Amino acid sequence: MTAPDIPTGTAAAQPRPSVLLGQAPVVAVVAIGGAIGACARYAASLAWPAQTGGFPWTTFWVNVVGCAVIGVFMVVVTEIRTAHHLVRPFFGTGVLGGFTTFSTYAVDIQKLVDHGHPGTGLAYLAATLFAALAAVTLAATATRRVLKRRRR
Amino acid sequence: MNWLLVIVGGMVGAPLRYLTDRVVRSRHDTVFPWGTLAVNVTGCLVLGLLAGAAPGPNLQLLLGTGLCGALTTYSTFSYETLRLTEDGAGLLAVANVMVSVSAGLGAAFAGVWLGGAL
Repeated sequence: MTAPDIPTGTAAAQPRPSVLLGQAPVVAVVAIGGAIGACARYAASLAWPAQTGGFPWTTFWVNVVGCAVIGVFMVVVTEIRTAHHLVRPFFGTGVLGGFTTFSTYAVDIQKLVDHGHPGTGLAYLAATLFAALAAVTLAATATRRVLKRRRR
Repeated sequence: MNWLLVIVGGMVGAPLRYLTDRVVRSRHDTVFPWGTLAVNVTGCLVLGLLAGAAPGPNLQLLLGTGLCGALTTYSTFSYETLRLTEDGAGLLAVANVMVSVSAGLGAAFAGVWLGGAL
């Protein structure tokens, strides 16, 4: 087949840089994953609402859990088994990327400082950073160990 | 309605992050995660603007919780930092953490200030 399939009834293709050509399926799964991740984060914020001036525990745990899960996930899909090419964009880029947030982290620190709680803001800044990096490192290391032991 | 706003924002924010990263990677042949840094700092600025300008709750859900939340990421930031460490680029890993946090905070403070002045 030489002629490309042109879907009818869908949005017309617009001129794009070549790096973005053929990205439609990936963009679609990233969008769906992003919506799922954002909804999960929103659900967490409704279940455990943040208190003004208090330590933002909900966002803290959302980010730390997301970092632990990506540590497990990336080892499994990049080092252990070859996954379908849409699995990583859907779950890693979409769901986990949409679930965790850097903007809320930064703006919550700004609010804590602005509302007269610079100590809490600084503690939150450092605790999230430390816990997130520790979570991804420990999760990736533990996953490698478990899977290596299973293979023997 | 609230959920729909978060869904729409998330469906725009996450692909924006993915496409930005692709464009940045195609133009800069470097191991430093410039793409994630760019979306994280941009998202901090926009969320700061929202916090400062304090628009209605619908815009907060659409652009704040949905768009900025999905545009920015802590999981990819920490995973890329881990990869830099594992690949022997420890200095770049430290630089990524320092630059991401300071630029993100700077953008958030600037955004709140600008949003309040609007």
